[in-house]
Parts: sequence; C-alpha cells; structure tokens
Amino acid sequence: MRDFSYSRASSIEEARKAALQAGAMMLAGGTTLLDLAKCGVGEPDQVIDISHIIGLDAISIDERAATIGALAKMSAVADHPAVLAAFPAVAQSLSLAASQQLRNMATIGGNLLQRTRCPYFRDPATFAACNKREPGSGCSALGGVTRNHAVLGTSEHCIATYPGDLATALVAFDAVVDLGGRSVSVEDFFLAPGDTPDRETVITPGEMIVGVSLPTSAAARNSTYLKVRDRQSYEFAAASAAVGLELEADGKTVRDVRVALGGVATKPWRAREVEQALIGKALTDETVTAAARLSMNGAVAQPASSGGNHYKIELAPRVVARALRTLGGLA
Amino acid sequence: MTILEPRKHGSAADGMVGGRLSRFEGELKITGNATYALEYPLENLAHAVLVQSTIAAGRVVSVDAAAARAAAGVLLVLTPEDELGLMTASDWFGNRSENQPFHPLPKVVRYNGESIVAVIAESREQAIEAAKLIRITYEEAPAVADMDDPKAGEGKLLDAMTVEWGDAEKALAASAVRIEAEYRTPREYHVAMEPHGLTAQWDGDQLTVWEPSQWTHGMARTYAEWFGIALDDVRIVSPFIGGGFGSKGGALAYGAVAVAAAKKLGRPVRLAVSRPQNFTSYGGRAATHQTIALGATQEGVLQAIVHRGASETSTYMDYPEQTGAATPILYKVENFSSQTRVVPVNAVTPGALRGPGKNPSAYGIESAIDELAHKLSMDPLELRLKNYADHDYQSGKPWSTRRLREALTEGSAAFGWAGRRHEPRSMRDGKALIGWGLGCGTFPVIRAPSSAMIRVLRSGRVEVVSGAIDMGQGTYTILAQTAAEALGVSIDQVDVVLGDSRLPGSAIAGGSMLAGSITGAVHKTANAAREEIVGLALNDPNSPFRDTGANTLVVSEGRISVASGDGPSMTLSDLLSAVGRDALEVTRNTLPDDAQSATDRSNAWTSMGRVQGPTMGDTSMHSWCAHFVEVRVDEDFGTVRVSRMVSAFDCGRLYNPKMVESQWRGGIIMGIGQALLEEGLVDPRNARTINNNVGDYLVPTNSDIPDIEVISVGVPDYEASALGGKGVGEVGIVGVAPAIANAVFHATGKRVRDLPITLEKLM
Repeated sequence: MRDFSYSRASSIEEARKAALQAGAMMLAGGTTLLDLAKCGVGEPDQVIDISHIIGLDAISIDERAATIGALAKMSAVADHPAVLAAFPAVAQSLSLAASQQLRNMATIGGNLLQRTRCPYFRDPATFAACNKREPGSGCSALGGVTRNHAVLGTSEHCIATYPGDLATALVAFDAVVDLGGRSVSVEDFFLAPGDTPDRETVITPGEMIVGVSLPTSAAARNSTYLKVRDRQSYEFAAASAAVGLELEADGKTVRDVRVALGGVATKPWRAREVEQALIGKALTDETVTAAARLSMNGAVAQPASSGGNHYKIELAPRVVARALRTLGGLA
Repeated sequence: MTILEPRKHGSAADGMVGGRLSRFEGELKITGNATYALEYPLENLAHAVLVQSTIAAGRVVSVDAAAARAAAGVLLVLTPEDELGLMTASDWFGNRSENQPFHPLPKVVRYNGESIVAVIAESREQAIEAAKLIRITYEEAPAVADMDDPKAGEGKLLDAMTVEWGDAEKALAASAVRIEAEYRTPREYHVAMEPHGLTAQWDGDQLTVWEPSQWTHGMARTYAEWFGIALDDVRIVSPFIGGGFGSKGGALAYGAVAVAAAKKLGRPVRLAVSRPQNFTSYGGRAATHQTIALGATQEGVLQAIVHRGASETSTYMDYPEQTGAATPILYKVENFSSQTRVVPVNAVTPGALRGPGKNPSAYGIESAIDELAHKLSMDPLELRLKNYADHDYQSGKPWSTRRLREALTEGSAAFGWAGRRHEPRSMRDGKALIGWGLGCGTFPVIRAPSSAMIRVLRSGRVEVVSGAIDMGQGTYTILAQTAAEALGVSIDQVDVVLGDSRLPGSAIAGGSMLAGSITGAVHKTANAAREEIVGLALNDPNSPFRDTGANTLVVSEGRISVASGDGPSMTLSDLLSAVGRDALEVTRNTLPDDAQSATDRSNAWTSMGRVQGPTMGDTSMHSWCAHFVEVRVDEDFGTVRVSRMVSAFDCGRLYNPKMVESQWRGGIIMGIGQALLEEGLVDPRNARTINNNVGDYLVPTNSDIPDIEVISVGVPDYEASALGGKGVGEVGIVGVAPAIANAVFHATGKRVRDLPITLEKLM
C-alpha cells in the first residue's frame, strides 16, 4: 500500500472541497477502500475521512419517504423497524449482503459505490487490460472465465457485473441519491459501461453521496428481496430480484409492481418490461411466468467454453417469478 | 522459552485416555494469546514480499528492479540473477541428488504465480509498494492450462500404481448389469485460516525459523540441507498452527528466500505469503478424472471393477492424486483393474489435501455404486451390505478391525434411512426436492516411529515434551491424558511442550499418523518414567520406601504408595525432595532395538523412511466411515443445501472423543465445501487461478452447515496402535462428496458427475 495523506472532514462542504484534490478518495466504513487498496486497484494519494461528519448517519422515515444518511451503517438500516415495515426488500437486500462484520462497518453511501468483483478488474498485476481501470486498454474478461459476469447492459468494452444488493432494491422503488448540490434517481446515478466503463456513476469530482431518499408506496410495503447463490451466506448473487407488488381490491389484478435485478447486469437493473406486462393484468402463474421472461430481453451470454454465464438468463426469470408468486400469494 | 502455559479443566475421568478433556490450548487461542509464526516480536525485523510470475511458462529475460531498489525503505531485492548458494535438499524419503543447486527464485517459469523476485524492506507496506515497481521481461513459451486443455494429452501411465486381480475386463463383459461413468473433481485448495509464512533469524551459523509446521524435524532437515549447515544448527519453532490440512508438511521455496534474505541482510526477516499467493506457493489437491465401470449380477453381486484414473501434475514433478486408492478395498470383488495416469500441466506441483487419494477415489467408487444400485432398483445400503468385503481383496489379508457394517447399520438407524423412498424425485417439501444419499469412506492406518521425553519435576509438575505438533487436532490434550494415565498423576499436574525441532523427534502430523504414533511414544516413556520413580523410591538410600520391604509401589493421582496401603505415601514432589533430586527425566522412542544409532534416529525423525503402511503386518488396517446425508434442492434455482447429516465412524479407540468429534465434523464440513462450492477457476489463456482469494474461492459458512451427528462404532485395535486408535483426521472428509452427490441425484433424478455441484448444473 503506498503512502497517502489523510485528512478528516468535519462537514460535507469540507469533504467535497477536499475531494477536489487529485487522487482523493473518501473513507467512510473503509471496507471497500481497504479491499481495493490491497489488490492494487484503489491507490489514493489523499484519503478524506468523512466518517466523523456529524448527523450523516441519520435514518428518518415518515408516511411519504425514508431518508437515509450516507454514513448509516448497513446493519443499522437492515435492522431499523420502520425500514423493515415500509421497505422490507431494502432491509433484506442489506441483511443478505456481505457478512455481519462487514455490515457493522460498511455505510450506505459506500455500499452504492462498491466496485465490481470481476477478477480481471481486481488483478492489475496480471491483467493489464481493463477498460474500467485503464480506458482503452481492452477487456480481459472477454474470452476469460465469465461465470459471474453480466448478461444485461454489457458492451464490447466491459461485461463486469455490478455486485451490490442494496442498489438493486433502491432502483426498484425509485430511490433518489442526494449528491449535496443535486439529486439523481438511483437508476440514473449508475451508468452502463458503453464505451466508457471507467465511468460507473454520474458523480463528479467534488461531489459525494450525502444520502438516499426513498418514497413510500404500497408496492414497497409489500416487497421482497430474493437472492440466489451457491453459498447460503457471504456470496454475491448469481441472480437476485427486488420485487414489490400492489394488487387491486379484487386481490388479483396488479395495480403497481416493481421489479429490479441484481447479479446479472452491469448496473442495478430495473426490469420495466416485466412491470408493464403485469400492470392491469390478473396475477396468475401464467402471467407471472410470461412477464418474468421479459426481464432477459436483450440479454447476451458469454461462450460456454469459458465456464459461461448463460445460466443467468435461465435463472433470473425464475427468481423474478418466485418473488412475484410469493408476494402475490401464488407460491 | 515457555511456549505454552496450558489451561485444563474437566473432571479427573476426563483426564484419562478416552476422556472428554477440553482443548488444552483453547483459551490461549480464543483470547489471542497464542503466538503464531508471523507474530513473534523481534528487534530490527525486515519484511519480505514475493513477486510472482504472471505468465504460465517461459523464461525470465530480465528484471528491472531499479525503481524498487530506490523506493522508500527497501533493503534488498532478490532476483533470479542472485546466486544464493543453496543446494537441493532431500526428498520426503531422505534421498538427495548430489551437487544440485537449488534456485528458489528460478529463471525458468513453470506456472503462473511462481515466485520470481523478493523485495525486502523496513516495513511490509514499503515492500509491497516497491514490489509493484518491479518490471519483469519474459520470453513466453507455450503452456498447458489444465488437463482439459487439448494440448494436455493423455499424460503418463504410472505402472507402479496399477492394481489388478482376476480378469476384470472379461468379467465386466460377462456381467448381466453394467454401469460406466466418468467422474471429475477440480483443483481444490487448503485455504487454512492462517496463511503461510515465516520469521527467520540467524545467529552466526545458527538458524531459527518460526514457521507453521506439520513436521518440525523434517522441515529443519530441508533448511539445513539448503543452506549447508548442520541439522542441529536449525531450529523450527511451531507451537501453534492455524490449520494445515496437508499444506504445512515441508519447507517451501519462499522459506528459502526469506532465510537467504535474512542471511544477506544480517537481520531477521519475516515473509508473509499473501492470500492470493497461497494459491500458487504450494499445491492444492490436483484436479482428477476417473472412469469407473462396474459389473454385477441381476441380484447385485459385484463381478468386476474397472477403474481408470488421471490427475493433474506439474511439468517438473509427477505427483499422483491416487484416484484408485479406495477403489480396491471398499467391496468384495473377484475381478479388479485400476490404472493411474498423471497429466503434466503448467501449475504448481499439487500436494496432499485432507484425505489425499482416498477422497477423490471414494467420490468415484461411491458414486458408481449408487449408480449401480439405481440401475438394479436396489437400496444403496442393501447393495453395500450385499458386497461387504470380508477381507482385503487387494492384499489378501484379513482386516485388523473393520466395523464398516456397524457404521452402515447404526448410521442408517440414526438417520432413519429405512424411510427412504427408492425413486428419485419422490420426496419434496414445497419447492424443495429432498434427497437422501449415502457414501462410505476409508483411510489407511499409517505409523511412524516417534520419541518423547517426560520430566517429573520437584515442583510437582510433569512435563511431556515432543517435537510433534498440534494444528488443532488435539495433540497437546491427548498427550497430557496419555501421560497422566500411564504415569499415575493428575491431568492438572501435566504440562505439554510441543512444536520445536530441538525437542524429541516425531511422526509427521499427516496421513492421520501422528496421534497413534506419538501416544505410543509418550505411553512408553511415561511407563518408563513410572518405573524409574518406583526404582528410585525402592533403592535410593534417602527414600522413605527403602525399608518398607515392598518390591513394588503404586503411583496414582500423583502420589506414590505401598500397594497394601499400610506404609508411606507421598507426592512425587516430596519423593524427589526426599532423595535430593530436582527432576527425573526419561526419554524413549518407538524405533526397533536394532535401529537406535544416532543416524537411525536422525533419519527416522527427518524422513519418511520408516513409515509403515496399512498392510506391512499380517493384517490390513484402515479407518472406515459411512455418511448419511439429506439435501434440499430448490427445483427452480438448482441451489443445494445440506439439511441433515449422520456419519458413523470406525476409528478404533478414541483417545479423546471431544477432539475426535471435532476433527470428524471438520472433515465433513470440508467435504460439504468440496461437494458444493470449492473449485479453482483456471483462465485457459494464461493458466492463472483467478479466484485466488477467500471472497471468490468459496468454502462453507456456518449457514451452509447443518447439525452433524457423529457416531463412533469402533473398538480398540491394538494392531493399529499402542493405545488402540486408528486415524481420525483424514477419514472424516472421505465419502462426504459422493454421499451429497448421491443425495442430489435422489432429490432431482439428475446425476452430476463433476464437482462442485453448483446451481447451473441442476437447473
């Protein structure tokens, strides 16, 4: 780890100003920063410690919205009774992520900004080519071992999966990221790789995540986060779905539905085609199965010769369908 | 140096052999007071970091280390150009080639992740940073990524490992019912919680190495031979090991690098192998392929087994993972054929990983037997009992003890196997398909001579001293029990000192051979010490027992007394005071009487030359087990969870059931990982293991492990060991993976023949 200078910000303004310096990175819980520093991907010259900014870990919730400060710990949000009641999918996405020790340290802002687990991205000493790290250098994952790589939102420049669970739940419920000077929907906050995989979010130098706000809704209250993986705990999703459902008074017609996918896309992936296919329809095994399939429209798998990821195209719709059935009482 | 201040608790009965005494060193470990190899505080310590190759094969053309040498804190950079003056050391059996230089940082690259350069700096952080500045220019050569690489070819047949009797091909062809299938296992890794590394210090020509070791004496010999110094001038210190699983049995190239750096710098050097580097600094379990054909009568009587196995090895050494190791001894069969090949690939030479050979071997044969049972529409338990081996068909010898039948019947009763429905996919709970599977395991009884010293001190303490090690399996604890019982003292009086090559030599902690071997040595030593105490009491002019007229005395609970009870009785401490002795010291070993020379002893403790296999006597000696597993498979997602397990073991007598059960469960947990999660992912383009960290190489978490019921069905086997035990450490994992694979088949109707059984294979 190379030497860096360390400064502690006592206010948002101070932090944002400090972050304008070249080579600056912010330190909150530290779980991602340390990880990236150890594998040689994150090499800050300046570490701006924002963890002591007072009040930035607040969680407040009323009938219209929840507001979560950037420094709130994952465990604090996951266990918050009002969050559990109004946004069960959000609480579950957190408690199913990482390990208890990490959840006790990691913050909400840092969670959103966690970086891909693509092994080629994380091994710069061996794999020089990575368009995320070095724009224009190429993509080592293409033609490599791609079992955990994305099938949605990929480009010829990058197929790295966005690994987080929380952002998947947030994008389903129209959450908004507060960047201090401006607010951006979580869906727009994250960028698909396109031809600039190094740009993962719209955040610009001098900006920081201050908090996240989440509008309440009937669909959010009746929601679930379903995460499928080989290991029961402490593994990133093979496929996950954040799903919320509101039915009409008849108990079967869909009034509102939210579907977002994790573990299969280059960014937190809102599956609007699934939602559109269900709204106004009766929720049945058939409509659910048909709609869930739409979640994979546009999906591209990597060749099976390299331990490919085609299974995600089969798996993700099943995850979406299971979550919908569970919420709709069909399971 | 006091390296252990043990804590003991439990009742007096727990202190005897067979008692459930808690782990001696447990409190030290969980309170962080056990000092591990990379934690020894030393003055003026320098830190070494390895730079490893990023190509699979080729030659180092040049190393540009100028920037690294100029970096802050850097003391030394070692490259393949540096002549370290080392000589090749002996192999495991003590054979040594003459005048062969040893280059731990080679010019020729044989695998991706081979150590090429070392950077030594004032701090580890400085060394890591400087290591990033090293620029290596390679001339790449074609490489074979793994055994699935088309360039890998068929490999080499190892004739010495061929096992044949009867006419297997003919009997197979004549069999009414046949199955044939290929089974595959991937590269698997030890991932011990404590990564590898060492702290090395020279004092003149004397070398001390703090390094986690499963065999302090063997490792000392290697260092002595590399550096051309006397064996007595090397000391390996290893009182605590954070898991070895076979990976810490011998000194490795990085150790030579650190010790050479310490010599050049004239200061102690610590080298911590990073977690990713642990995947290539030594070999894990080789990937294997095996084809098994079984022939049987319609009634399920086995007629023939034909086995063809292959495993990956490196391009520079033939290391067979013996996929035919368990195949010949599990069943009664008159016609048998097994052949073994190794396929060289550009990877570090594989090594021993829990249950070596027997483990992948059992995966093959126990899966095949399940396939045969299905084809016969016969209960897999019934098929196993029907073909129960009444003796060892390979060696022709009778078993010493074999309670596999009891393991099968008692295990099945505890599991409730009788309630199993035969048809696959016939049991479910909502979306969960439920399957029950069975798999057997075995591991040979291996023995080696060992030695121990016992010191009875005037303070009242009794010290048991051996160079044997404890990597969590319970050596400290069972040696205290052994000594307390044989000597006739309370367990609370006993201290155990282990893990130092300057102490009496011992069998390696590997192949499940340590406990049986070292308890034999301690038992012998403790008996001799008791006799010396009694002799002292009867004969010393100042002994109060001298005039009692007794011809023997009793030692019990730390007191020495006249057998009749009407005479003097005193503590051993008071006896030593009375006769004016500070201590009584006895050393014994279990070498034959005609092999007691200094050379014999040195060779015995530092080579495998005197290791005895399971059939070297009149009988065939093995541990046995049967695992009963319930899995739940999500029918949509293909995810497998083990929901219930009962495992029954015949490991002979258990010296401490609490320690044994812990080892069994540990092996079973590793087996669950092997079955469902563990797999080294090799990039076909550069032969690099890309999931070389514990975030991406998955081992089970607590949530993946159900309650595991373990049952002992063993009886003392005094042919196997002095105290009647057979090995327990390796056998626990053997048979777990096929039991799970068989349960998955029962749940889903789908036979997965390549591990691990990940979700996409069941979707």
